[in-house]
Amino acid sequence: MAIKEAYITGIGQSEVGIRLTRAPLLLTVDAIKEALEESGLKLEQIDGVATYPGKMPGYLGFSPISADELIEALNIKSKWHLGGSEMPAQLSAIASAAIAVKAGLARHVICFRTVYEAAAMARPEEYPPLNRKFVEGPSQWLAPFLAISAANWTAQYAMRHMKRYGMTREQLAQVALNAHRNAVINPRARAIVKEPLTLEKYMSARMITSPFCLYDCDRFTDCSTVVIVSAGDALDEVKCKPIRIAAVSGSVNRYSWDQVEWPASYETGEDLWTRTDYKPKDLDTAQLYDGFSFLPITWIEGLGIAKRGEGHLFIEGGTRIARDGVLPMNTHGGQLGAGRLHGFGFAHEAVTQLRGKGGERQIPGSPKLAVATSGGGPMAAALLLARD
Amino acid sequence: MNISRPRPKLDAENRAFWTGGSEGKLNIMRCGDCGQYTHPPKLLCRHCQSENVAPQAVAGTGVIDTYTINYQAWMPGLEVPFVIARVKLDGVPGVYLTSNIVGCPVDEVEFDDRVRVTFEEQDGIWYPLFRKAG
Ligand SMILES: [Zn+2]
Repeated sequence: MAIKEAYITGIGQSEVGIRLTRAPLLLTVDAIKEALEESGLKLEQIDGVATYPGKMPGYLGFSPISADELIEALNIKSKWHLGGSEMPAQLSAIASAAIAVKAGLARHVICFRTVYEAAAMARPEEYPPLNRKFVEGPSQWLAPFLAISAANWTAQYAMRHMKRYGMTREQLAQVALNAHRNAVINPRARAIVKEPLTLEKYMSARMITSPFCLYDCDRFTDCSTVVIVSAGDALDEVKCKPIRIAAVSGSVNRYSWDQVEWPASYETGEDLWTRTDYKPKDLDTAQLYDGFSFLPITWIEGLGIAKRGEGHLFIEGGTRIARDGVLPMNTHGGQLGAGRLHGFGFAHEAVTQLRGKGGERQIPGSPKLAVATSGGGPMAAALLLARD
Repeated sequence: MNISRPRPKLDAENRAFWTGGSEGKLNIMRCGDCGQYTHPPKLLCRHCQSENVAPQAVAGTGVIDTYTINYQAWMPGLEVPFVIARVKLDGVPGVYLTSNIVGCPVDEVEFDDRVRVTFEEQDGIWYPLFRKAG
């Protein structure tokens, strides 16, 4: 029997905004409808659902919708589903769906990530903030020292890169500048970024946690992003150009942010190339998780696009990662420019570019291979996506 | 930083770490069989799976492996800026502690600075903070 392949078929996204009032379940359904429309699939053909990190009742803004709830609400006849946070980062939900369709457990799987953090903050009576009497688990080793945000944890890796390898804030700034350049021509990023960013504005911005200023950190956003993963032997049911999931990787060595020597983006990036004949030089575009500006630099090094300790040199000046550069990066604006869609935005944009549907931001040539990543602390996941 | 710090919930694994300061001790879980350290503390050694583990007072000195100056007031009343650092402990291979560097201006903190533990007590929790040594 031939080995089945897994493909991304329909993709969809709800309105992207700050403090939206439309309910998160309905945003999710908006994104699903768009994905179904694009793929030509009907809801009756969906037989699987995957999400990250599953519903978080104590922290609803972070993840308000469960896979179970969606199956119930849409009357999906599911044969395989999954929702949880204990996997290596957001895109592992899509990687898991790929494994499921390859194994014949489902034919068309809706993968979704719905975020509602900005709306939740604005409506605390409806969405009570995380209120912990105690800190437990891994955060008990960080929060008591007022290292409350992942910004604090990630910043320390960035500081070390500056010390060890001479990375400068001007080099780091290129991630944010590139993100803003792309976001201002992305219709879906209108509510997030309204004008381009200049280096002067970046350098004079308020500091959050050194070396990160305001523009190095993504901001809470409300949105749902959907990717449909389909089995290779079910493509005759699909009308859009399928994008093959050529390889996946994901790793967590240990969950303690402050005990690991290198972010998981390094191991995850290296692993990806052991599962495919493609090489880093074959990449036409890279959609690299940028919850914080330093993370794409770790991905550039981890994926072998630049040597370890030279990622900041690769992005220096911004020309290599620009839309007309050798490796266009975060062409939709990433999370720094297009909002904290939490990982799924990178898969959505990789597919958009591979299909030539980027509109004003479409990269030149005829891109055939893209990488999409998520995470970069102690956990990370990567997808290699190919248009055959 | 006169703010009430987030409180860990004490249990069999972490109690010695969070209360050792009452005796001036920085306790790290050590294996009685292989001699290696496990941090965060667990009921077994992460190197050899032995259950013969117990808290061991370590020197309480180390060097700043990396750090960040935090400027953002993440909660009401949080005085900024302050330094968050990852301290590499002397004599405890492979173990880092995230903590704060106190007792000096934030711009006097540098990589590889030698530091020594100092405890701040709040309601029975002894938070191990660090000061520059010498
Ligand atoms: Zn042992």
